[in-house]
Amino acid sequence: MSFDFDAGKYAPYVWGAYAVSALILGGLVADTLARARRWRRAARPDASTETAP
Amino acid sequence: MIPALANPDRFMAFSRWAAPLLGALAVLLLAAGLVLDFTAPPDDRQGYAVHIMFIHVPAAWMSLFVYACLGGASFFSLVFRHALARAAARAAAPLGAGVTAAALITGSLWGKPTWGAWWVWGDPRLTSVLVLFLLYTAYMALDAAIEDEARAAPATAILALVGLINLPIVHYSVVWWRSLHQGPSVLRAGGPSLPPVYLTPLLIMGLAYLTGFGALWLVRIRGEVWRRRAAVMAMRAAA
Repeated sequence: MSFDFDAGKYAPYVWGAYAVSALILGGLVADTLARARRWRRAARPDASTETAP
Repeated sequence: MIPALANPDRFMAFSRWAAPLLGALAVLLLAAGLVLDFTAPPDDRQGYAVHIMFIHVPAAWMSLFVYACLGGASFFSLVFRHALARAAARAAAPLGAGVTAAALITGSLWGKPTWGAWWVWGDPRLTSVLVLFLLYTAYMALDAAIEDEARAAPATAILALVGLINLPIVHYSVVWWRSLHQGPSVLRAGGPSLPPVYLTPLLIMGLAYLTGFGALWLVRIRGEVWRRRAAVMAMRAAA
């Protein structure tokens, strides 16, 4: 088994597609974790009402 | 299992361990899928452009699957007025919009070298997937536009349920009409037509996207539960 990262003349399309997918999926992960963290903090019993957006 | 999880406290206890487990599984499957992807030989006809298949097809599968989840959750939200179902529907929409956008953009990047065009207006598969993306964005826009939760829940649920009709149209568009897009090569009568060297990484990448969605969906639903709790706390504090 050996890796072949050569994409030949298709390189802009192949790496463009992987970059876009990584950006979108990475963005979804970051947004999901940030929202969950924010609301968990806001729902803590000791949280003041001002912390809830 | 689903009736048991309809209780928010039970759901929070379940998702507390299930979400990281699914997330870890997604990372492992993604790594395995990418190893098999970049050790597979170039395709006879498509050459190295075949690499795009391993990220485009799972995103396209997930765009339909997530909408089915959105539709199912919306049904339970509308009929049984279940708060957790409403949270599940609300949590699914941005994830569905994201994977559908990924499917559309990677499809365009695959279309240019194989068809000679970034986009073909009027092609039934491309157009129906664009409609799917617009349905996700319409759901989110409607949800954001109605501040009153009692009105937002049924309005968004009805929109999601009406949009379900687009799912068979997307899936069968390449069968019912002439399309530049190739026909089904995995989910088809008679079994998959792909050779194992491509089918195995494709299925592993499909599972990676599926488990990744499962993890993110659970975390987003947890966030929705906390958001509601925070809103109740704020109301009590203001009273």
